[in-house]
Amino acid sequence: MNNNEIAWRGFKGRVWRDDVNVRDFIQQNYTPYDGDESFLEGPTDATNKLWGRLQELQKEERAKGGVLECETEVVSSLTAYGPGYIDESMKDLEKIVGLQTDKPLKRAFMPYGGIKMAQQAAATYGYNVNPELVKIFTDYHKTHNQAVFDAYTPEMKRARHSHIITGLPDTYGRGRIVGDYRRVALYGIDFLIAQKENDLSHCGGRNMIDKFIRLREEIAEQIRALKNMKKMAEIYGYDISKPATNAQEAVQWLYFGYLAAVKTQNGAAMSVGRISTFLDIYIQRDLNEGKITESEAQELIDHLVLKFRMVKFARIPSYNALFSGDPVWATLEVAGIGMDGRHLVTKNDYRFLHTLENMGPSPEPNLTVLYSSRLPENFKKYAAKISIDTSSIQYENDCVMRPVWGDDYSICCCVSATQTGKEIQFFGARANLAKCLIYALNGGVDIKNHEQVGPKYIPVKGDVLDYDEVIEKFDAMMDWLVELYVNILNLIHYMHDKYYYEAAEMALIDTDVRRTFATGIAGFSHVVDSLCAIKYAKVKPIRDDDGLIVDYITEGDFPRYGNDDERADEIAVWLLKTFMNKVKGCHTYRDSEPTTSILTITSNVVYGKATGALPDGRKAFTPFAPGANPAYGAEKNGLLASLNSVAKLPYEYALDGISNTQTISPDALGHSDEERQNNLWHILDGYFDKGAHHLNVNVFGVDKLKDCMEHPEKPEYANFTIRVSGYAVKFIDLTPEQQLDVIARSAHEKL
Amino acid sequence: MIKGRIHSTESFGSVDGPGVRFVIFVQGCMLRCKYCHNPDTWNTASGEFKSADELLDTAERYRSYWGIEGGITVSGGEPLLQIDFLLDLFHKAKQRGINTCIDTAGQPFTRSEPFFSKFRELCDCTDLFIVDIKHIDDVRHIELTGRPNGNILDMFRYLSEIGKPVWVRHVLVPGLTDDDEYLRRTAEFIRTLGNVKRIEVLPYHSFGVYKWEKLGIPYKLGDVEPPAKSSVENAQNILEGKL
Repeated sequence: MNNNEIAWRGFKGRVWRDDVNVRDFIQQNYTPYDGDESFLEGPTDATNKLWGRLQELQKEERAKGGVLECETEVVSSLTAYGPGYIDESMKDLEKIVGLQTDKPLKRAFMPYGGIKMAQQAAATYGYNVNPELVKIFTDYHKTHNQAVFDAYTPEMKRARHSHIITGLPDTYGRGRIVGDYRRVALYGIDFLIAQKENDLSHCGGRNMIDKFIRLREEIAEQIRALKNMKKMAEIYGYDISKPATNAQEAVQWLYFGYLAAVKTQNGAAMSVGRISTFLDIYIQRDLNEGKITESEAQELIDHLVLKFRMVKFARIPSYNALFSGDPVWATLEVAGIGMDGRHLVTKNDYRFLHTLENMGPSPEPNLTVLYSSRLPENFKKYAAKISIDTSSIQYENDCVMRPVWGDDYSICCCVSATQTGKEIQFFGARANLAKCLIYALNGGVDIKNHEQVGPKYIPVKGDVLDYDEVIEKFDAMMDWLVELYVNILNLIHYMHDKYYYEAAEMALIDTDVRRTFATGIAGFSHVVDSLCAIKYAKVKPIRDDDGLIVDYITEGDFPRYGNDDERADEIAVWLLKTFMNKVKGCHTYRDSEPTTSILTITSNVVYGKATGALPDGRKAFTPFAPGANPAYGAEKNGLLASLNSVAKLPYEYALDGISNTQTISPDALGHSDEERQNNLWHILDGYFDKGAHHLNVNVFGVDKLKDCMEHPEKPEYANFTIRVSGYAVKFIDLTPEQQLDVIARSAHEKL
Repeated sequence: MIKGRIHSTESFGSVDGPGVRFVIFVQGCMLRCKYCHNPDTWNTASGEFKSADELLDTAERYRSYWGIEGGITVSGGEPLLQIDFLLDLFHKAKQRGINTCIDTAGQPFTRSEPFFSKFRELCDCTDLFIVDIKHIDDVRHIELTGRPNGNILDMFRYLSEIGKPVWVRHVLVPGLTDDDEYLRRTAEFIRTLGNVKRIEVLPYHSFGVYKWEKLGIPYKLGDVEPPAKSSVENAQNILEGKL
């Protein structure tokens, strides 16, 4: 037998053998599982030892202010380091190997996004980058950050400075590009190189225009990255030029693909992708052949997940304020339904969720259940159990995503879908629509510094705000904001492609790639409620000495988003559609398809801090509600009314995601474990059958949060994980400000 | 058209009957339980008037969350004080195929007319009764709630006679309703019934005290702490006849 015959023994199907087509391989070979969790095995001794050691390291890391060690002498690359292990003395216990650097939790030096940031990140934790390296990346090699600032217009800088647009990836990797890491396992690197060489030979020809010149350079970069991946694996004693021949190799090969990405890019999101069902095929074959036991299968997944829990990047303080808790969004999906109607739940989906039991709760990987009411009841119940026990997983509606992205999409950030291996995303920042509304009232002047940031339109006059007048002015101000925002992103992504190209990830994606252009909205619910106040109550503006509107007196009652009240919810739908239609009208870089999200991560705190008072009663410079969540205290009719409101937002207009985070007290969910599990999956059924997109589920009482804030040293809080907009964090890793913000959000705790 | 006097509704009830339920809190109650956490539902003259269809239309917005088990629960306040409205509501709910449940203290129950005929009709369109036994001893019951318990226990007997499913609830208040002897007598009474599907001990909590203060009614259980977990388990075991 030749190599491929050994590696592919027993696998069915034809199409995937000749061309790269992992989806076809999965569909031809996976085994749906309808049973319950009783087959699962606990952690092995090796897992306990390694996880124990990693927890010690995490403790040291926290004691040192959040960073264990920073590299200052070596520029990160695929081959920059020799092998690294969780613990040199236990390295034989690691079934899956490979670290970003030579030591666990040591943060690599990644200057290509911006040398100043890389320097500042190290300096924050007491490390000084070798001056020679600083000189090289200042004088001899341009970085992404410098290029972007070379090209920014004064207007762009003002918008950035005033925080009407915040979170722009102009100082670090843009992320959100998911390599199809499964390809490394299924095909081996040599086959992938051959495919890319073939693509290169067909690129351009006698028609050498800009786009082909650029693409030829990019393909060449990709081929170089593939060759270096092989060298990287050799450092750990593996030859990944050929396909994986068993489960351990499949997991290891796949992880090397991912490791290549996180050694070369510090993207804001470094997703793992949809790997669970794929890996199950290899594990199931080994189980059938009697080569491994269930305990060994679980160990492979546990050790892979251990590695995902260790991915780290050196970040600057302002980044941490935006995206708190040191997240990397190693997002990983389970479940879903196939185009042929079969569900995609395998035993491996259970194994991944089970890592949260074997090794306790954890924010990473960002485990995501692709949900449908048609998933097997056993699985729904087990996922609900894991949610209730760990608050570490999120749910996304496969039934709204599948028609758009097919049945082999990955989640490329917190909640955004992308076709695995076929698509990438240009993402960045959010437009602060709440601030935009205040600009509309004040003719583009920022009330914080009295600077003319937006266009000098005529401000609102009169003693009572008139709905039609406000809408007209808001619409015009949004036109300005959207155009500017899209232009900034065009510029950033142009420079990112040029100076910080993701060769390793793009090497595992089709050359003929589809691109989406993902914008975002912040302050959503506050704008909706403010417009409701203006429409249904009487809002009197209060002006400062310069005549700028800085506060409001709102008289009378008004409907609020989050109560299943059509009057408010129709304004919410209008706002989303209006914003999205404006984005569609703009030119987007590299023929990308525009999308948007209502998703803020923890940046709702920072955005709120930069935004004055609003007619809905939100005080100046206080946090926004996160994502698409209703404003704090707005929900008066209970959890399901709130969910109904969010479910009305049409996913088709926010293909990048609509994030909703809900915290339910265990007592409000049911009296017994059984009741809680059943009630939770019924809530998920109901919410997603209504066409909603995403739900973070936390199950704990506010008391626990308060106690954790007061006694972070208690051992039970070391890994206490909560879901926030779009990802999970350890509560103790949040800033005190964000901890208070989480506590302030009303938990659904019916008495 | 008859309308109900409604205190409020809650879209997500998970502990007021089987599954996920839409809960309608009616306004008005004759009992004055010392530990009541909803004293704002006592007044029989306030509340908002709503029709059965209005409420059911709202409830059905949450139907996708109910699954097979869930539905609507009428709680209070005391639902049986508005039995004419309840009949209309539940008849219409049944026409819409909705599972129905009443959470009652049974205080208005009597076998005399015209109430009794209406109650019998109500039983036909009610899937489950959730009924409190606040205290098994009549004197203590009067002390605790201001009213006797004879007719309430009789309602249990009637529901047992017709085989209507019942969940029995007992709020455990330290010093008032946690005496082992009375709990045993309660258990004996429950044993005489043939229709009890579940017995729930609800630990007393003081989350409703702010409402008393808001209403300007003196709260007399200020010093009472919630019962210990062991005490709740003990009560559960006694009521289930395990001790």
